[in-house]
Amino acid sequence: MTRLSVGGRLIDRSKEISFEFNGRRLSGYRGDTLASALLANGKRLVGRSFKYHRPRGIVASGAEEPNALMGVGRGGRFEPNQRATTTELYDGLTAESQNHWPSLRFDIGAVNAAAASVAPIFPAGFYYKTFIYPRAAWKHVYEPLIRRMAGLGKAPKRGDSDIYEHFHVHTDVLVIGGGAAGLAAARTAAGSGARVLLVEQTAAWGGRALVDGVTIDGLPGPDWAARETSALEAMPNVRMRLRCTGAGLYDHGYAMLHERVSDHAPAPGVPRHRLWRVRAKRIVVASGAIERPLTFALNDAPGVMLASAVRDYVELYGVCPGRNAVIAANNDDAYRTALALDAAGVEVRAVLDTRRAVEGELPARARERGIPVRLRTGIAFVRGGTGVRGVQVGRLSDSGRMTGAPETVDCDLVAMSGGWSPAVHLFSHCGGKLRWDDAQVMFRPAPERGAPSGPDGAVNTRCAGAANGELQAAACLADAVEAGADAARAAGFAPEAAGGASEGAVAVDAPEEAPVEAHWFTPSRGGYVHGTKHWVDFQNDVTAADIRLAAQEGYESIEHAKRYTTLGMATDQGKTSNVNGLALLADELGKSVSEVGVTTFRPPYAPVSMGAIAGRNAGPFFKAVRKTRMHDWHERHGADFEPVGDWRRPYCFRRRGEDRPAAVTREILNTRRNVGLLDASTLGKLAVKGPDAGEFLDLVYTNAMSTLKPGRCRYGLMCTENGFLFDDGVAARIGEDEYLLHTTSGGAERVHAHLEEWLQTEWWDMKVHVADVTDQWAQIVVAGPNARKVLEAAGASADVAAEALAFMSWIETRIAGCPVRLYRISFSGELSYEIATPANCGAILWEALLKAGEPFGIMPYGTEALHVMRAEKGFIMIGDETDGTVTPQDLGLHWAVSRKKDDFIGKRAQERADLTRPDRKQLVGLTTEEPEEVLPDGAHAVEVVTAPPMRTVGHVTSTYYSPTLGRSIAMALIERGSARMGETLTFPLEGGKVVKAVVCDPVFLDKEGIRQNV
Amino acid sequence: MLVLTCPNCGALCEETELVPGGEAHLKRFGPGSNDGEFESYLFYRKNPKGVHFERWRHAFGCGKWFHAARCTATLEVFGTYSAQTTEPPASLIAAIRAKRPDWEGWR
Repeated sequence: MTRLSVGGRLIDRSKEISFEFNGRRLSGYRGDTLASALLANGKRLVGRSFKYHRPRGIVASGAEEPNALMGVGRGGRFEPNQRATTTELYDGLTAESQNHWPSLRFDIGAVNAAAASVAPIFPAGFYYKTFIYPRAAWKHVYEPLIRRMAGLGKAPKRGDSDIYEHFHVHTDVLVIGGGAAGLAAARTAAGSGARVLLVEQTAAWGGRALVDGVTIDGLPGPDWAARETSALEAMPNVRMRLRCTGAGLYDHGYAMLHERVSDHAPAPGVPRHRLWRVRAKRIVVASGAIERPLTFALNDAPGVMLASAVRDYVELYGVCPGRNAVIAANNDDAYRTALALDAAGVEVRAVLDTRRAVEGELPARARERGIPVRLRTGIAFVRGGTGVRGVQVGRLSDSGRMTGAPETVDCDLVAMSGGWSPAVHLFSHCGGKLRWDDAQVMFRPAPERGAPSGPDGAVNTRCAGAANGELQAAACLADAVEAGADAARAAGFAPEAAGGASEGAVAVDAPEEAPVEAHWFTPSRGGYVHGTKHWVDFQNDVTAADIRLAAQEGYESIEHAKRYTTLGMATDQGKTSNVNGLALLADELGKSVSEVGVTTFRPPYAPVSMGAIAGRNAGPFFKAVRKTRMHDWHERHGADFEPVGDWRRPYCFRRRGEDRPAAVTREILNTRRNVGLLDASTLGKLAVKGPDAGEFLDLVYTNAMSTLKPGRCRYGLMCTENGFLFDDGVAARIGEDEYLLHTTSGGAERVHAHLEEWLQTEWWDMKVHVADVTDQWAQIVVAGPNARKVLEAAGASADVAAEALAFMSWIETRIAGCPVRLYRISFSGELSYEIATPANCGAILWEALLKAGEPFGIMPYGTEALHVMRAEKGFIMIGDETDGTVTPQDLGLHWAVSRKKDDFIGKRAQERADLTRPDRKQLVGLTTEEPEEVLPDGAHAVEVVTAPPMRTVGHVTSTYYSPTLGRSIAMALIERGSARMGETLTFPLEGGKVVKAVVCDPVFLDKEGIRQNV
Repeated sequence: MLVLTCPNCGALCEETELVPGGEAHLKRFGPGSNDGEFESYLFYRKNPKGVHFERWRHAFGCGKWFHAARCTATLEVFGTYSAQTTEPPASLIAAIRAKRPDWEGWR
């Protein structure tokens, strides 16, 4: 155990918690993170690395952690790649380390690493260079092998059993980050009366004020943070959330926040995560800064940690990650860690400072405590593979070389600090620009070069405090107060008018810090790179040598070098590695860091769970299913459903012992011989009404609709302005100024939108209204030789006589007590009626018709029978015979395109040379030479079979076995098809099979229309 | 993720409530137009870096089309107005010109 006997601001020692790591039961305290609890239990080795399976330990204490990724939870709650540093401990938590086999201690994959010590086997650009030949070996040998060896956690095997939700929030000021700067900015902004939303990614307010020993407003940092937090909590205009990460910033003040609602205390019925979709008038990004590692040899050994993380563990969790420490640094801040360790009773054996002179107040205090400070020194390499056992200390020469014989210092902990990088990610997500600050050795926001802006064009986002490059406590807080006041003012509030302790400057007492000095690489001996193990990106296993190699191979742009080496492309997005990597590239290229520049940060800042993104839109809520009024009946009667748009339609109604083809054949033959019943409610139905309805429809359809008489129906085609067929259907004239348009199933919204677009944006002076009435009507087709008898039996005798209701007419009447619109139209080629009844009557009418049809052999049929029967008749289907490049003329539908009308949508386009050329593909029928052979859908036709590639002359658009004709039939779009009647075409299929078919008229059955005209 | 105000219903719309409809104020060339006119109407679109006039539909709201004047580079929205017009309102043109003195004009 390495738990200290005292201290640990965030833990509650009275609440012991039991958890499991790799099957071993361990204990921690409430308030621990998984990382602090593992360290408290002496677990330094917590995982294996991505490429080389190197043993790795915890490096950081927050979201930037590159190594300590865990599989957390069990069963439906298992989730891989959770950072131990951001996973709060709860009773019964189970965690497993990743990327090792058979065990964490002994791992086969580590041979990669062993091999790499002789020669690098996964160098930069590995994937581009290796395993190219022989081609087949990649798929069958290399890829499966690499996939087993590399990769991060295991994907969960079961569905996610948690619930997630979304919040949609508007606020005046959003403050991201609840450290000292965030609290100060929020307090100032809130004092003006503005609505403030303040979020913090960790479980505690205060950030580094809890650790760094500064005095604010005369109070110790933690006390000040507590006071500010209580003050904010008491304000009605302030909303605060812990465990809520600013994940992304987007246009016009849109922010995505990711809140872990109950990860720390899982409970049934409580959402696990919540995605906040925030619109803020002004955004203050107070996201702090991230410490950089130093690049020395074997800096990835478990026990090498960021200096700030080491003191976080000591101060916040009462955990000491070692007994004897060495600190390597290029700045004064790291001395805080030396002092914290010293105060906790840890022997600090040396502070190795790369600088020539160290005169600041913090080093002075360290020296006072007797801590040896050694200038111009660095770590040549670390001893200890699975845990630090010591370091070799070397002297740095003026040229940055390592001179003299290295000296050994035994230790079990190395705390490193390469300086701090402001967390500018969020600012950069939406166009915020950065500049390199040579004095402070960091990229910082440069709003003068570009910053996120709102719809009014004004800048709406600024960084505050450390995120804005103000690393010293006094400047940090002054900047934050200013940011909060600016934000409130810009959102329309007056911060000056309000009272409050945080108004104006905040008094800060903190030691003055001497400047940091750039130090990017510590050689293990002599000059530049020796060996490959100066780790830069721990999570993607990228070394300084990889970056050097990329530069040597010509990858001079940081964007290219990043992709070539995969630097910063792991799940941590290079939080600890980006700046180090690009500085090394700059060194290699002999350029300044500012010339090399920085790669673009992309959302999310930290991983967001897929569940949170989905929210409640999962499972049955993912996409609503539309059901007709007869759906329940279908379910009870063996319907085999298929999706049609958002609808579910019966494909066929299977009887006991029937397979799909048998059921479809039965349904077709029964409809052709007796009578069939189809649920056609899904057909789109648009009511078009107004004095100009006829004129409007003349423009919308290719044929004339204004000449249609009330009580009559007409089949019509709609084209887009580029002349291509877009929808078809039967229009009925209901009255002088009213029509009902039928559209394809699932096409109603599309057609409605098309009509609205033309009405609203081109012909807005027309007096026409369009309403989608699809859901208002249930619609039933009665088709077959006995159709009229069924309607008569159902009580519609006088109305349905052949002379009373001619083909392509409709009447309003009642059947089985239901008010109906009875259309005599046919999509099957049979005597057929479509009966529309108010939706509530749908199920009643359906059952009444079935009952009335019983003596006449009525059976319901499904969509497949419908399709086969329409194909037998050569009727086109939108989406089968059309694909957005097909004109009515291509389909032989010239008769439905008016030559008399001055204008209709698509008319001018159909005069274009490309749409009138004679060698366009035209719709034809096909009969295979072998009648039982059914061509595959989409099969390509050729004139001559040659070695591939062959020139295609067209393709099959619909293909079925026709039970009516006892042979296969197909429709196809074939170059100059109408001139090819009787010609034999060849269809080369998969596996060398060749099918021959003869081109014929696409109407296979009853071309004269005798069956439907009885 | 833009926000635009629908001039028809007055709602401040999230981009997800809207459907984009491309360049605004196209003049339709129908039957009788020559190939050049029709080609340019059907296929040619402006793609400026800067001030642009666009069509949007408040599809998941009131359902109405409207026009928006917007900077494609900074996403600044200069205004939204009815779709039932053949040119932007003069007041909007003046407002854009005041903000962007170098703007070459809407045609």
